This record gives sequence, structure tokens and C-alpha cells, in this order.
Amino acid sequence: MADITAPAYRIIPIIPALKPGAMEGKGPFVAGDKINEAIGFPAHLVDDWHDKAIEKMGELLSKYRSLRVFMDACVHCGACSDKCHYFIGTQDPKNMPVARQDLFRSVYRRYFTLPGKLFPKLVGARDLTREVLDEWYNYFHQCSECRRCSVFCPYGIDTAEVTMAAREILDSVGYGQKYSNEIIGKVHKIGNNLGLPPAALINTLEGLEEDVKEDTGFDVRFPIDVKGAEVLLITPSADFFAEPHIDSLIGYAKVFHATGTSWTLSSMSSEAGNFGMFIGNYDQLRKIALRIREAALELGVRRIVIGECGHAWRVAYSFLNTLTGAGDGADANDRFAQMLQKQLDHRYKQPSHICEFTWDMIEDERLSFDKSKNDQHIITFHDSCNVARGSGMGNLPGGQFEIPRNIIRAVANHFVEMAPNTTREQTFCCGGGGGLLTDDLLELRIKGALPRMEVLQQVVDEQGVNFMATICAICKAQFTKVMPVYGFDRRMVGGVHQLVSNAIVLGKNK
Amino acid sequence: MSILFAILFYLATLLFVVGLIHRIRIYAVTPAPLKIPTTPAPKTATGVMLRMTREVVFFESLFKANLWTWGLGWMFHASLALVLLRHLRYFTDPVWGWVAFIQPFGLYAGITLLLGLSGLWARRLLVERIRYISTPSDHLMLLLLICIAASGLMMKFAVHTDVIAVKEFFRGLMHFSIGSLPADAPLVLHLFLVFVLLVIFPFSKLLHAPGVFFSPTRNQTDNPREKRHLSSWAAKSEN
Repeated sequence: MADITAPAYRIIPIIPALKPGAMEGKGPFVAGDKINEAIGFPAHLVDDWHDKAIEKMGELLSKYRSLRVFMDACVHCGACSDKCHYFIGTQDPKNMPVARQDLFRSVYRRYFTLPGKLFPKLVGARDLTREVLDEWYNYFHQCSECRRCSVFCPYGIDTAEVTMAAREILDSVGYGQKYSNEIIGKVHKIGNNLGLPPAALINTLEGLEEDVKEDTGFDVRFPIDVKGAEVLLITPSADFFAEPHIDSLIGYAKVFHATGTSWTLSSMSSEAGNFGMFIGNYDQLRKIALRIREAALELGVRRIVIGECGHAWRVAYSFLNTLTGAGDGADANDRFAQMLQKQLDHRYKQPSHICEFTWDMIEDERLSFDKSKNDQHIITFHDSCNVARGSGMGNLPGGQFEIPRNIIRAVANHFVEMAPNTTREQTFCCGGGGGLLTDDLLELRIKGALPRMEVLQQVVDEQGVNFMATICAICKAQFTKVMPVYGFDRRMVGGVHQLVSNAIVLGKNK
Repeated sequence: MSILFAILFYLATLLFVVGLIHRIRIYAVTPAPLKIPTTPAPKTATGVMLRMTREVVFFESLFKANLWTWGLGWMFHASLALVLLRHLRYFTDPVWGWVAFIQPFGLYAGITLLLGLSGLWARRLLVERIRYISTPSDHLMLLLLICIAASGLMMKFAVHTDVIAVKEFFRGLMHFSIGSLPADAPLVLHLFLVFVLLVIFPFSKLLHAPGVFFSPTRNQTDNPREKRHLSSWAAKSEN
């Protein structure tokens, strides 16, 4: 793996020439029998995979309007064709969003449309052969479901929906991905993606309390399983021990400490991430999300707050109310949702992002900062795809862009933006999202980071940027891994609450 | 000849209407279990209506994506809309005031229609990425539309057709009486190709026209935390 080098920056960021087949056969490891069986999927590719796959496709078409409409609506206009970071980085034409969708659409046309049944060649329809299935496996695991293409599509076609459907079909015939399915198994068995058992978790948190005491002189607590706490914090499990994630966890704890907020983690639900979304499986998505509901009910908390994790925030913001009732506005006779909604404090948005929590406290003047503590940093902000394109924050549209930036400006003196066509809703994926943050996809991850690295290099050269803040555990892990390949220091990347942690004044809490 | 075209007219119209209603019904009844609007997502129903209007009238997303495709695509669609409205004169008597008013504009639109289509086809042929994703039907669709536009313009500028007679023929068809259709080659070609277009509409990528209105990433309100959204099949898993 060490021999993978970074692709060269494009001098003028022009659209690359096509290199057909460049990423053929570069998909991730296939899930083994035990991993699949543990989460209720067929152990390996079933004998009647062809019929099962087509049957599943029909089922998904009847359950998801998105898929149904997206299959018909594409006119091959090419608006999306140069928008995917994996296409830009690999030049493989099948990584163009439209071409990726067409791997699926061609099969849809063959089995579900009249012209495809009558004149397959004419409309680009294909039988579902083993080669096509392998191609699906390969290229639908080269999409991070970041939805950048969807911003530009005149019909709003979202490749993530197609990728999710394809992965769901692959799983249903026993042809799933090792990395994602293994992680889902761990969540069910242990409670988090990393397989960190409760005893180890408690141990880690105690260690953190000592570290922070030593560092600051204050008794900042990291409570866990505290019944009756006001806030339940659900955060990605990487925050418990990975660098730089842990510095943001310390930041959240300091914010809670400084504002006198009673809060708790949950050992049963110690994971914000939800890989059920990545594999497009509604049951898994729901089952994993229900752990949050269970913890909230059991601990009797009044607020649910989510830590720095991109896709977790999409699931929390956009889906959690639907999946678990954790939100507002359920029907009066919706007993399932009402049970939880009656418990929650609706003066606040439910669930809230930790950035919403912190920004509210800053606006209420309940936090004070020594901004000079961040003076060694010239900071830029990388919008994470799921936060940027699949969620919101606060009350206003675009809050998911403003609030993290407002926090950075409140805690630091030097903040600069990267090129505008690569931030906010047009942000580029870090290259490791959507269940692709695994070493068997390292080449893809390095190449997929290219567009972000190019514009980072620009602000490094022109404005001396030496810190890229982000609010996603996957972005943090991906960048620490691939940035050295591009010649950057891995410590350049960190969380927004890491900056909060640096500057917060603990002695002045009101 | 007249009888053949009368039959084709009824058949094509029937297939177009029934096929389209069937397709739209499928889109409408298929549930959208999750909230998936793409940023910038409006938080109110009014906001969604404005967004859809901008999307449908001005092709807002395409504008962000690629100015050439947007320019050519918008020119084609706007021209087509004008040309279609101009054709209302064949079906109304007396001709509505505003239809009479747009007649000259509709004529120029016929030319810009052809220009837009040619530009889009050139793009499909010359740009490597677009050529890669094009299927034979994508090319044929453009050819079909170009032939329709060209045969239509020919009747105006080259081989003059007795449009009064054409109008009488179609006015007749609207009351289920079959008159006689002038047997001019451009007219016969023009009408035949339009019938082909009507028939393939509900089975082809032309479904992007109704599809865009049902696209969840564009038509959903961004209020998942404020209002619980639950589809019929998802609700069942809660019992």
C-alpha cells in the first residue's frame, strides 16, 4: 500500500480525459460468511442471485420514490459528469455519476421497461450477468454517497440513492462489503463501530478526566450512564480514542462543564455513526438508530445532542424523527413517537448538533474564550458532505454552514475560506465517506482526496493556512491518513471543538 | 391517407395520455420513506414552490453545473414551449388573442429550437465524457426532434403548405369527423414524427418532464426535526 502516490495537482483544474478501466477490480474486500450471517444477510453469493436481485430491485422500486423517478428521469445531459471527486481523481469514466447510475439503470431498463425488453441495444439495457454484478460491486463501492452530483442535476437525481439501492441488492444476495457489514455487526454486539466494550470505555473516560485535570486544573467530568442527566451526548466512537477526534470530545466536555450543563454518554448507545445508511438497508438503519431512542428513554434525558460526525448528523437531523420519534411534531395518536417526544424539552431542536449547542451558549454569553490561544493556527473549514448537503442547523437555511464558521470565528482570530466552488453545498468529499474508510480502498481514497487537496494547497500557499477544521469523524480519519501522501502534516486536520477546547476559559462559568 | 393519419392521431394521443397518466400515478403512489432534500433546501412549502419554479422555468441546478449545457438546453426548451403554444392556433377557432400575438415569436422560436438541438447534439458528439454516456437512443431522440423542427420550418420557408386545410382537418378530428389532409411531403413527415414522439414519450427519458416534479431531493420541505415524516410501509415496522 505504501507505493500508492498522490496524483498530480491539475495546473488549471480542467476536466480530466477519460481512462476507461482505470479502477476496474479495485473494489473493497467482500464480506465473509460469519460477518454476513451475524447481521442476517445470506452468508455468501446465493445460487439464484440473478432472480433474487431482480426481485429485490422491483421491491426497492416500489418502496422508494427517489429510485423510481431517478431511474426514468435521467436524460444523459452530463451536468454531473465532472462533479465527482472519484472521477476527478481516478479518471475512470464509470466513476462519473451518470455512468455509475447507468450500471444500475441499464439493468432496470432491461427488466422493468418496455423499450429495454424490446430493444436493449438501442436504449443501453443489459442483462444482469455475473460480470455486471461484479461491476456493481466494484463501482458502487467507489461512491461515497456524498450527493455532490445531486446539487447540479436538473432533476435532482441523487446517485447516493442509487448506490444505496445497489448495495442493498448486493447484500440481499450475499455479496456485501466486509468493512461496512463487520462494523454493523459490532454496533449490534457491543454498542459502537469500533467494538469498544463498556469497561474499556469507562476506563478511557476516567483517563481523560485525569488528563484534563492535569492540563487545566479543573474537574471536567466525562459522565456515562447517568440517569436524569439533561443532555444525552451521542458521538462517533472514534472520539473516544482516535487522534485528533479525542480533542473534540474534550472540547464538548469543557463546553458542558463551563455552562454547568448536566450531561451523559451511554455505554449501550456509544455510537453516533450509522452504517445502515451506507448500505441502504432501512431495517439496519432503523435498528441502529433505535439504540439512541432506547438510551434516551432509559436515562430519561431532556435533550439529545450529536457530536462531530457527518453522516451521523444526516441520520440524526433528517431521519431520526422518522426512525425513532426523536424530534417534534408527531401526531397526537402516534404513541411510539409521543412516548419519547413527551420526555424531550422542545425549547430546543431535537436532536441538536453539538455546534448548535455551543453556538447557542456563545450567543447567550455563557462561554468566554481566549482567542489568542488559537493564534498559532491559520484556520480553514472543510464542509463535510453529509452535513453540507443532507442536513441543516439552527433555524435558518444554510445554518449548517454558518454555525460552525461562527464558532471558529468566536474562538480564533485567523479564519480563511477555501475556493467557493469547493465549499458549502458544493464541497468535495474527503474521499473516505460512505463506508469506504478502509485500507483495502486506500488507492481510491488517496485519489478521491485530490480536489480537496488542490484547494487546500492554494490557501496554504497564498494565506499560510496550517489548520483545516472539520466536524466529521470520517473526514478526520481520512485526512490524517491521506494528507501525508500529499505532503501535508497529518496534524493539520482537527475538529471545531478542538479549537473550542484550546480557547475556552473554564474558570468563568456562570 | 387522411384516414390513416386520423387513426394515427387518435392512437398516438391515446397512448401518450394513458401512458403518461399511468407513469405519473406510479410516481405519485410510490412512497418516499425518508427526508432527502438536497441543500439549499427550503424550510417552508412556499419555499419549495419557489424552488420548483426556478428549477422548472430557469433550470437553476443545470445553470450551476455547466453554462453551455444550460444555455443550449434552455434555448431548446423555451423555444419548444413557444412553438407548442404557437401550434394552438390549429386547434382553436377563433384563435385566442395571446396565441395570435405570439405567432411571430413562435416562428423565430422554430429557428432557435433547431439551433439549440444542434448545439446539444454537437456537445453529445464532441465532448468525450458526454459521448461516453450517450446511448443510440439519445442520438436518435435528437435526430427525431431535429427532423420535426426542420420539416415544420420547411412548410413555412420552402414548400408552402395549405395551413387552413390542416387546421380544418384537426378541428374536424376534435369533433370526431375526418376531413381531408393536404398530401404534402413535409407535412406528412412532420405529423408522422410528432406521432412517434407522442408514443415514445411515456416510455423514454422524456419522462424527465413529469419526473422532475416528483423528485424528492427537490420537492421535499426541509423540516424533519419539526414534523415527523412517516411513510406507510415504514409505519408498519413500528407495530
